Amino acid sequence: MVNRVQMRFLSLADNVGLARVAVAALAGQARFTLSDIEEIKVAVSEAVSNAVIHGYQGRPDGWIQVEVTLDDAGIEILVEDWGVGIADIQKAREPGHSADPERMGLGFVFMESFMHGLEVESALGEGTRVHMRRFVTWSGELSRDVQ
Amino acid sequence: MTIIHSVHRQSVHVRIKGDLDLKTADALRESLDQLIDRYRDKDLVLDLEDVAFMDSSGLGVILGRYRRLAQQGRRLRLEGVRPAVKVVLELAGIDSIMSISDSADGRPTAPQPQS
Repeated sequence: MVNRVQMRFLSLADNVGLARVAVAALAGQARFTLSDIEEIKVAVSEAVSNAVIHGYQGRPDGWIQVEVTLDDAGIEILVEDWGVGIADIQKAREPGHSADPERMGLGFVFMESFMHGLEVESALGEGTRVHMRRFVTWSGELSRDVQ
Repeated sequence: MTIIHSVHRQSVHVRIKGDLDLKTADALRESLDQLIDRYRDKDLVLDLEDVAFMDSSGLGVILGRYRRLAQQGRRLRLEGVRPAVKVVLELAGIDSIMSISDSADGRPTAPQPQS
């Protein structure tokens, strides 16, 4: 089973929920548990929020693209913006890194913790691509195989 | 997102309904700050029974209110926390600094000392 979805929407806070619900609906077609899907939703929410807040710095007229590929192994999610880019990706991924004291700087921490792989590419003035993967875990089948 | 508050002898209870994310963070921050400023001698209890989703934007609002209250010697408690929200709170270490009650049994979990 392979399915692919591509969404493109404006950099509005209202679209953060839209993106995570759409990805969750697609993830529901694979054998993810409900708690897996809840964690995928958090990761998508963080990536899209980063694009809105940091990529476009609150500007509402930038484009954000979310591309999702689903197969029997799991889900791959690419969140892309064409905003200001990240000067130091390593630093941005550190826990607590945030210019805003009201924000916790945990966006990338959540993405890393809730997904099984995270790659970030960025170029100043060109934008940012966040690529995440999560595999389906086959605990039930594995137990039966072991027996 | 909607919030309904009720004033008790020692605390203000706030029932929040809806997702806590980038879209709702500013409105939630503003509402909670108004309550904190209006009832200056009371603790704050947030009932999250009707909050199905929270990400770091919602978490930031809660932590920011916790800091404000702590500076004034007041407390913030979370009640009715659903499993999906609890995972996020635990990953951020929030459960180590404030009291959190699950939605299932309602029993408070004492803050764990930080190691």
